[in-house]
Amino acid sequence: MNQPAQPPALWAGGINWFKYAAPQTFYPLAGTMIPWFGWAAAVLCVAGLYIGFFIAPTDHQQGESYRIIFIHVPAAWMSMLVYLAMAFWAAVGLTFNTRLSHMMATALAPTGALLTFLALWTGALWGKPTWGTWWAWDARMTSELILLFLYFGFMGLQAGIDDPRRADRAGAVLALVGVVNIPIIYFSVKWWNTLHQGASVSLTSAPTMAATMLAGMLLMALAAWFYTIAATLHRVRSIILEREHGAEWTRPLRENPR
Amino acid sequence: MGALLLAIVRRDLLLAWRRRTDVATVVLFFLIVVSLFPLGVGPEPNLLRTIAPGIIWVAALLACMLSLQQLFASDHADGVLDQMLLAAAPLGLIVIARAFAHWLISGLPLVLLSPLLAVQFDLQAELYPVLALSLLLGTPILTLTGAIGAALTLGLRGGGMLLALLVLPLYVPVLILGAGAVDAAAAGLGADAHLLLLGAQLVLTATFAPWAVSTALRIAAE
Repeated sequence: MNQPAQPPALWAGGINWFKYAAPQTFYPLAGTMIPWFGWAAAVLCVAGLYIGFFIAPTDHQQGESYRIIFIHVPAAWMSMLVYLAMAFWAAVGLTFNTRLSHMMATALAPTGALLTFLALWTGALWGKPTWGTWWAWDARMTSELILLFLYFGFMGLQAGIDDPRRADRAGAVLALVGVVNIPIIYFSVKWWNTLHQGASVSLTSAPTMAATMLAGMLLMALAAWFYTIAATLHRVRSIILEREHGAEWTRPLRENPR
Repeated sequence: MGALLLAIVRRDLLLAWRRRTDVATVVLFFLIVVSLFPLGVGPEPNLLRTIAPGIIWVAALLACMLSLQQLFASDHADGVLDQMLLAAAPLGLIVIARAFAHWLISGLPLVLLSPLLAVQFDLQAELYPVLALSLLLGTPILTLTGAIGAALTLGLRGGGMLLALLVLPLYVPVLILGAGAVDAAAAGLGADAHLLLLGAQLVLTATFAPWAVSTALRIAAE
């Protein structure tokens, strides 16, 4: 009875898990985290690319051109994961009505689109020497292309709505509808592809990977993770400043940006 | 509940009847787009027979998408939508009734016209029912999924193009299964698998889309 009135918050283990849900407290936290994740991404990327380009052996079927997978595969993994993360934050934002969750979803979208484009582009660069064509309507490529369109739809919708609150919540509904549809799209495309034509070369039937190849790829995958986190945090900081433009706590930042 | 559904469907059909040209525009668009393709690719009958299911389905997709803007726009403009949001009846139910009425005037005509277009493309007679059935199962999915996009883009500038960007990627499975049903039947494989999957998707969409549309409408009306 004598306890001070507390805002409804998620308390567990003596920690208020909602503390950093406030843009005001999250802004400096993100600022501290960005260099760590950014430098980790840079170091891992250099190490991964060195292993990938100089140490990993040449593939006896595909020659040197296979080395693009050190960029292609991590980008493709991340492109799908980022959509899931986006949908997760969208769901959190819709459920708990937290502004920061919506800002996270908004901040993730351009990075996701970038990685999707990177996966498509490197895939085309790999396809030309290996399959003899830039584009093959392979099931994976096609569903990745549709994923890119889904990202564009999300970004287009949010850009088209002037009221930030409506933009946040409308985007969240779209992200959730998209995430439900992704498996349906993937399997329909896969099925459509097998009905029309088989893939010329399948990654799954390739010989098992050498240990150094795997190491290079995993390092690059980690680098992609850390890059995504750093880029998203950076973008979310900009979004916070934009949205909280009139707030008192942002005044020193506006006058003397760090 | 039944009376409410009936009242909404009747109201929407009456409104559509008063604005008959709006309904006719969608159907004419469908016919014209399909008729343009032979002019583009040439009148070679074998080629036309091969591409007919895909073309008819893509045209149906576009026609459904273009008609979506009529779904909530006028009600949003004159305030009827706010009354529907305030109504005691569950919003999801109202959405289902409105989507059904919209399908009757924008989806069903496409189903009924599909044999005519099949004749134009010299499709075998036994494929007519498959094409019509695939459209019968597929166009309600297009209306329901599209209703989410229509609700999200309600009252936005450039809403039409934005709607296309949101909705067309989500239409991909319907296009693949719908056109695939006719292709499979033409190849002698039987269309059952495609049609069953379309039916499954219809059930899934009819279950979840009304919830998403209601949420989107509430967001748009805030």
